Parts: sequence; structure tokens; C-alpha cells
Amino acid sequence: MSSASTAPASTAAAPASALADVTASDASLRRYLHGLPGVDAVGLEARAATLATRSIKTTAKAYALDLAISMIDLTTLEGADTPGKVRSLCAKGANPDPSDRTTPQVAAICVYSDMAATAKQALAAGGGERIKVASVATAFPSGRAALSVKLADTREAVAAGADEIDMVIDRGAFLAGDYGKVFEEIQAVKDACRRPGGGEPAHLKVIFENGELSTYDNIRRASWLAMLAGADFIKTSTGKVAVNATLPGTLLMLEAVRDFRAATGTQIGVKPAGGIRTAKDAVRYLVVVNETAGPDWLHPDWFRFGASSLLNDLLMQRQKLHTGRYSGPDYVTVD
Amino acid sequence: MSDEPKRKTAKAAKPAKSGTSATSGKTATSQSPKSPATARTSGRTPVGAARGRVDVLKTYKLFIGGKFPRSESGRVYEVTDSEGNWLANAPLSSRKDARDAVAAARKAFGGWSGATAYNRGQILYRVAEMLEGRREQFTAEVAAGEGLSKAAASAQVDAAIDRWVWYAGWSDKIAQVAGGANPVAGPFFNLSTPEPTGVVAVLAPQDSSFLGLASVLAPVVVTGNTALVVPSERAPLPALSLSEVLATSDVPGGVVNVLSGRTREVGSALAAHQDVNALDLAGTSGDPELAKELETAAAENLKRVLRPDEDGTDWSADPGTSRLLAFLETKTVWHPIGV
Amino acid sequence: MTDQIFEYAPAPESRAIVDIAPSYGLFIDGEFREAADGKVFKTVSPATEEVLSEVAQAGAGDVDDAVRAARTAFAPWSALPGAERAKYIFRIARVLQERARELAVLETLDNGKPIRETRDADLPLVAAHFFYYAGWADKLEHAGMGPAPRPLGVAGQIIPWNFPLLMLAWKIAPALATGNTVVLKPAETTPLSALFFADVCRQAGLPKGVVNIVTGDGATGAELVAHPGIDKVAFTGSTAVGKQIARTVAGTHKKLTLELGGKGANIVFDDAPVDQAVEGIVNGIYFNQGQVCCAGSRLLVQESVQEELLESLKRRLRTLRVGDPMDKNTDVGAINSAEQLARIRELADSGEAEGAERWSAPCELPGNGYWFAPTLFTGVSQAHRIAREEIFGPVLSVLTFRTPDEAVAKANNTPYGLSAGIWTEKGSRILSMANKLRAGVVWANTFNKFDPTSPFGGYKESGFGREGGRHGLEAYLDVR
Repeated sequence: MSSASTAPASTAAAPASALADVTASDASLRRYLHGLPGVDAVGLEARAATLATRSIKTTAKAYALDLAISMIDLTTLEGADTPGKVRSLCAKGANPDPSDRTTPQVAAICVYSDMAATAKQALAAGGGERIKVASVATAFPSGRAALSVKLADTREAVAAGADEIDMVIDRGAFLAGDYGKVFEEIQAVKDACRRPGGGEPAHLKVIFENGELSTYDNIRRASWLAMLAGADFIKTSTGKVAVNATLPGTLLMLEAVRDFRAATGTQIGVKPAGGIRTAKDAVRYLVVVNETAGPDWLHPDWFRFGASSLLNDLLMQRQKLHTGRYSGPDYVTVD
Repeated sequence: MSDEPKRKTAKAAKPAKSGTSATSGKTATSQSPKSPATARTSGRTPVGAARGRVDVLKTYKLFIGGKFPRSESGRVYEVTDSEGNWLANAPLSSRKDARDAVAAARKAFGGWSGATAYNRGQILYRVAEMLEGRREQFTAEVAAGEGLSKAAASAQVDAAIDRWVWYAGWSDKIAQVAGGANPVAGPFFNLSTPEPTGVVAVLAPQDSSFLGLASVLAPVVVTGNTALVVPSERAPLPALSLSEVLATSDVPGGVVNVLSGRTREVGSALAAHQDVNALDLAGTSGDPELAKELETAAAENLKRVLRPDEDGTDWSADPGTSRLLAFLETKTVWHPIGV
Repeated sequence: MTDQIFEYAPAPESRAIVDIAPSYGLFIDGEFREAADGKVFKTVSPATEEVLSEVAQAGAGDVDDAVRAARTAFAPWSALPGAERAKYIFRIARVLQERARELAVLETLDNGKPIRETRDADLPLVAAHFFYYAGWADKLEHAGMGPAPRPLGVAGQIIPWNFPLLMLAWKIAPALATGNTVVLKPAETTPLSALFFADVCRQAGLPKGVVNIVTGDGATGAELVAHPGIDKVAFTGSTAVGKQIARTVAGTHKKLTLELGGKGANIVFDDAPVDQAVEGIVNGIYFNQGQVCCAGSRLLVQESVQEELLESLKRRLRTLRVGDPMDKNTDVGAINSAEQLARIRELADSGEAEGAERWSAPCELPGNGYWFAPTLFTGVSQAHRIAREEIFGPVLSVLTFRTPDEAVAKANNTPYGLSAGIWTEKGSRILSMANKLRAGVVWANTFNKFDPTSPFGGYKESGFGREGGRHGLEAYLDVR
């Protein structure tokens, strides 16, 4: 317990400088990350399972469905992506349910960097000006490329108008214990998120690929590593491996952002991605957000769902809630 | 000690029968005084006297905390053989002796229960080894105290020594028999282990002063409990002599404490003592009223109580594990299984 | 939508699934009948004070009838091949699973505990317990209790109100598996689930007289314990009553097992997995409103991390949802009775009077019913009553320690010895602590876990004998 939770008490006066010491060297970074409280896997999973039994009804459910829609990073990350596919997705994001104009818009459209410009234009043209464009970068999804390539990838995306960059960490370096390398890479990408001409820098989401990190202890360390390096969001996964977002993994990351804010005053967002397909799943995540990090995170600025098929299930549930009848796939659009 | 076997050969002048002292603790200290010389030579070592040498007699003492004190009360009571011949004066333990013994047993509990089972097993085996060398002394004491022939007494002593050996071997096996893993329906490692109950008061059998004693004492201490033994009231000498063996067998002080005296008096003090965890009522066999009284007193701090067998106990029979299990607690430890 | 708050709307479980009759009799020899003298008492819902039903108060004659019925049933029941007895008990387990929702609702109504717990903890464990012991019925000669262990006869069983049906399962399942017959007295404030269990026995086709249920208060229990026709007394409840029972059966042949009170220490080291430790502390003392004999009612936290841990704990307590037990989102329900509430209040007040600092998360308590907000005390010393006496309510006493030895000394410094918790990431320390703690159940990096295969029971004044697992058979067998 020498870490997260102790930080506010022991370094309340100057948390930032204390944590600056942490990142001063590879050795200090390593000591810090390995000094974080351990995670008991069974206890963590039991807590997530308990929260998953929360029963969200009527008004709370209506609120949760709309909130979940507004938190979606509507995603297409396929080799077969075309400008047409991306434009169609943007239209869907801007107007998720043509039959109900009160439906909120999604938070962002998430694409590969070469589609960022297309997405930006389509949103601007289709009533989605407030929807962000998120671009994956840094040799997504494997992250196996030279740093120079990753940075070029990032700069291209930012130049194309991406509001948000979803980078992947070098899991190989992380698992090899080379935390300094991962740290510096995140810093470098963060730097590349700045816009040459000024303006709001792109927000940086840092993807851990929890399924490859394998243990909860690693997820907690990766969370702190990324937050220390300047991530605006921490994100579970690429959606491209066997194990993607899980409720316990997300709960753990929510604990990390909660403790990081307590230690530094800086609030960081969380994005589970991959495998969240049903409205029921989404509501469970929101319950976990509510009871772990707290209501401050119940906003698209601080919590996102990386998803594609989730949106239609949320829409069908929304229709059910409004009409009292169960909906079907023919009553939502396929984009 | 060397002349003990010869004792049976003669019975000279009997001392005055202790009469009421066998049933009344309070009067025991005011027995009619006898000439020490007469009493001792007549009762215990006539042969030695016959050959012209006055034997050196043993003063029997309590065994508390590894030491051999007299009763703090200064009381003794007469121990006679089955025909009423004076054998010795045994300490007549008081409530304060009981209290001191409980303190000693409690103090010894941490170390003894924390010793390895292998270590305890070796120490109990060492007791058997030491007894083996003193078989004749114990045979004589058992024969005198229980009125047995030498052969019968010898068989009792042999069986008692064998019982110590038998229980010595249980030290590192009972946990495997009585404990084990429990297959709970969840991601948890779950293990049950027997642990000693603590400080156990043992009212040893009245009718079997040495085999019965071994049969109730060894199972208590082999598992790591510490014991307060109230030996057979009528025949306490083997138990008091056993103390000497225990003291020279690496049994740590306080692990076994021997309180000779009135079963009712000492038993009542122990049954009511709040720092005693369990009570073996073997010595109340045949006295259901006393058994009930002590069990009732024991309820005050919920001592584990082992009642006497309703129809008496055959101390020569295979004892099984029930006396071991009677003074064990089962501790179950859970831990999550996760990476 | 940002100005909205994620308030969970009420999510009440339907009580339509359970049909509570206006009155219930005693279940003796397979029949429901009134008490001989016609006496009855009311059972209320502690969450609302609504009267749920009227229940017969068994007198001496009724207890005698029940014992006679059990005695008559004993010979054929114990003579039944184990495999056949097993099938009856398996049937009971299955019927309990089928009726789990109904019984969960009933239990929540009568006890006041949250439906989430009766649904997710009590009822699954109840069925599992019968299923587990059913399998033992034809394997007793392999249980390490001698080559031919015999049942004792008629078991008199008295259970508490904190887990009514689960405690019934802990008592009845091993008794039946070993070939005994039973007379069971449920707690005065929670008689209904035992009476519904009588109907489960009927559906399972259990021979009449094998299970008898006599409802009543402490006087009924005393009659049962003192009845010369029983061979076994099994009691779960307070240490004071346990001692009285031990005195009553002294000098008889009745075998006795007692599962009594506790003052469990939950020990948190500075290297604990802190978020799970917080959950464990919460689960340890606020599960079932703290009305748990093995509750972790003393938190022993290493001094170096006290501040941070308490901060995390308080933050977590603010998220506890206290209220209507029938709401599926309720974490903490009602205290079982006005009497128990008064006791909790009295002890909590003593904590303040003795100088400890009291803290409760802000929460609105319902107007009717018996409620006590989850509370913790800091600045508690070993000498305070709230550190020594079992409160049996949602009240946590926080103490500190500096070294492992001090933690052990403080944890063991109680006449009780039922449970303990250890939170540390260091494996060797867990094992060392587990060895030294004088408690029957030690939870390391977890708390309040139960399983039919896992023996449960106390050291010292927490009672003797074990329930659950192979060990639990011993209480109902003549092993000599």
C-alpha cells in the first residue's frame, strides 16, 4: 500500500513533484510500479460479479441507455474499411435512431488513421460536428514498429483532423520489464498529439491490451505507468485479441484513475473496448463506474465504450423502454 | 530404587489405616503422626532393614512447571497398598497448586504446540525409552497400588510403555487423518488442520494407575496440548514417579503437571478454572454425581469435556483415535486461488 | 444529461411468489397441529413491522410429542439403507432448488436481510448443504469415524434467526444423512422458513416423524434441551445460552455441539491488496447487517496504513445501499428485531461513552422497521466494550497494531475464537499468522466464505464441534 492510496496522505503538499521523482529513472519507475498494492484476482472478480447483479430499472435504465449511447466510440477497424463504410458509420453515429430524434449522438467515430480525414468530413457534413474523430495509431493493433513509424502514424492522424489518438503500448517491452521504454514512448506519442499550428492537442488514449498483459497486477502497473506518462484516457484493449474488455479489468482501471486523481488532482478517463455487445453489459459497466470511480466519471469526457454492435442493442432496448414492446434487428439500421 | 522389586517379599507392621483420609481431603493433613523411622522402614523397605541398612526413601512431590515442589498447602495424604499398608505420603494438592499448575501449563503451551510433530513424537518415544529402563520400579508401584501380582503389574507396565510408543507415532500422522483439503465450490484453497485445544485437565482413571494414566495422558500431549494430571487418588505413586521420567525425557517443563490429591478437590478447581480449555473426566468413572458437577462447572468457559465411559473402560483395548480427537480443534483456512 | 445523477430506481422483488398463511401450527409426526394449549405468537417483518403470520408456541407437551414422534421414526429411518436415505435428502436438495426464489423472498420478509443475499448466498448454500450430506448417507463407514458408526438417535436442534434456513440446513442435513431423526426449533423471530421446509419434506416424501418442527421462544428450546428422550443437542446462538445448555446436558448421555458467538479480528497489513481488503472488511462486518457470528467485527489495521485504509473504507461505505430488503439493489437490510436493535444501540452508545470516535455514512433510514446505519468506530482500544463484546450488528471497531506479533496477541485476546481474517500479499506471513490465530476459521485475503464441504466452528467460548464437511458427521455419530 505504499503507493496509490498512500500518496494523498504522504505527499499531499506536492504530489506532482513526488511522482516526478518516480519517473526519474528506470529503477525508480520500476520500484514504484512494483510497490503498488497487489490485486487479489478472486476478490476483484467477486466484486465485479456482485456489481453485475445490480438491477437497473425504469428511469435509471432510461438514463443509463442514453448515457451509454453518448459514450460510444463507434468503431470500424477492418482491413476492408472503405470511405463509404466510414461515411455510413458517421451517419449512424450522428443519427443513431432515425425513428427517434431524441436519441443522443455517440461520442466519437473510431477509425484507422488513413480514414480520419474521411470521418472528419463526413461528420461535419452530416450533423455530427460535436462527434469526435478518434484514430488508432502507433502500429495498431500489435504496436510492433519502430518508434519513428509510430510517431509518423500519430502525426498523420492528428494532421488529418483526429481529435483523439488511441495508441497501443509496446506490450513486449512492458512484459520484458522495460517500463522506461514504454513510458518514453507514451510521452513521445503524447508530444506528437500536439498540433503544429497550435490548437487543442489530440487527446491520447493509451491501450494496454489487457489480454496480453495477462495479470491484474500488470494492468494496475500499466495504468499507473500510462497515467504518469500523460495519458488522457486508459483503454483496455484493441478488440483484436481473444480477451478484450472485462468487467473486473475495467473495475481495476477505474480504481487506478480514482486513486490517481486523489494523488495528483488529475482526472483520467477509462475506455473498455471490445466484446461489449449488449445493453445489459453496458449498464453493468456504468454501475461499475458509478460505484468505483464515482459519478464524476459518468460522462463521455471520462468514460467511453469502444464498440460497434453495442449501439444497435442499446437502441433496441431504448425502443422497448419507450414502446413497451421488444424490438428486433429490422427496426434498427445496419451500417 | 534398586531394591523395589524385593518389596513384595515382606509386609511388616502395617501403619494405622488412613481410613477417612481416602475420602476426606481436609482431614488428611492431620493424620495421627507415627514414628517416621518405624513407618518408613515398616511400610516400604523391610528387606533393606532386614539386611541392616536403612533404605533411602523417596519423598513424593508434585510436578509443576518442570519442578518438583511440595504442595503449597503443606498437606500430604497417606498412600497405602491394596491391603492398607502404608506406602508413602503423597502431596495433597490444593486449589493454589492447581492454579500454579494451570499457569505453568499455559506458559508451556506456545512452545509445545509450536514444536514440530516429529519433535513431539521423539520426546514421547523418549518417555517410553526411559520407562523401559525403570520397568521394575513401576511394576512394583503398580503392584502395590493396585494389588496386582507382579506378573499382572508387569503386564500393565509393558502395555503402558507400549501405549506411549503407540501415541508417540501419532504425532505426525493425526493431522493427515483428521485434516485435509476441502473441495469447496469456488476458486479457493481450503484446508482443515487439527490443532491442540490448549490446556487440558486430565482426571486420570482411578482403577488403572499407570496404563490408564498413559492412555489418557499421552493422547493429550502428543498433539501439542499441555496437561494437568490428577492421578488416581488411591494409587498416585506411579504418576508421581512418571514425573521423574518426564523430567528426564526432554518433555519441556509445564507440558505435563501432576497434581496428586483428592480428585474432587483438585478436579473442582480445574473444572472451574477459566484458563483451562478442556477436561477429561476419566477419573470420575463410577461417580456420576461428581462427573455431572465437574461438567457443569466446566460449562462456565465452555471447556471441551470428555465424559467417562458409561460402562467403564478397558484400558488394555485398542484405544483408537477418539482420545486424540477429543482435544483437537479443527482450523479451516481459506485462500483465494488466482494469478 | 450531465446534471442528472445515476440514481437506481427501486427494483423490488415480487412477493407474490410466496403465499404466507395467516397462521401456522407445529409440524409433528408429519402433520401440522396447534399447540396443545393453543398459544400462538406473531412473527413480523422487521423491515416494516408488518405482521406476517401467527405461529404456534410449543409447550412442554408439544415438545414431548415431537420427541416421541422422532423416537418412533428413528428405528425405521436409521434402519433404512444409507443409499435410500440419501435419495430422500437429494430430493430435499432438489425441491429446495426448485423453490429457491419463493424461499428467498420468504426469508427476506421474515428476517429483514436483503433479497440479494437470500437469493445469492443463503438459498444456494442451503440446497448445496443437503446435496453434500445426501452423498454421505451411504458412505459413512468410509468417513474415518470407525468401521460401523451408529446414529445417536433423536437430535434436538435449536437455530438462530440470522440465517434461518441455512442454519436449519446445517443442522438437519448431517443429522438425516447419519440416520438420526430431529426435532428442530427455529428462532422465535424467524419461524417461517422452517415451517415452509416442513412442506419441502412433504414434497420429498420424507417419512413422517423424521423431521419435526416446534416453534416457540427460549422456553420451548429449554424444554427440548432438557427432554430426556433426546440423544443429541445441537445449538447455534449466543454464548450465554450455549453455556446454559452445556450446564443442562451435564451429566447426561446427550452429545453436545455448540456454535456460538465471536469477535473476529480482520487483520490488514501494510502490503495488503488494499481494494480487495476494503471489500473484505465491508463483507466481513456489514454482510447480513453484521448479524453473523463469524463477523470480522474488529478491524486490526497496521498503524502505518491506517489513515489511507480508513479513507478507502469510508469512501466505500458511502456506496452501501441501506434500505428495503426486498429491493434487489439493497446491500444492507433491516435489523432482525427491536430487541436486537436495542442491543446494538446500547453497545454503540457505550463506544461513544468510552471515548471511541463514531462514524456512519450518511444514509436515510426508513421510518418503520428496525434499522441501524453501518457504523465504524476509530480510536478503539482492547479495553472498550465494543472491542470485547459481540455486538451482532453493523458496527466495526477499528484498532491498530505495529507488528505481526502484536496483531496476533490482540486478535487472540478474547474469550471467543470463531473467525479471523488476514490481508497481506506475503505468503509466508499468511501461513504464520494462520498458525497462530486461535480461531476455527481463518480467511486469508477473503472473508465470510462458506461451503458445505468446509468445516465451520469455534475455539474457546465460540463453542465446540464442527458443522460442514466430513467433520460435521462426527456430531451425529457414535464414534466410540
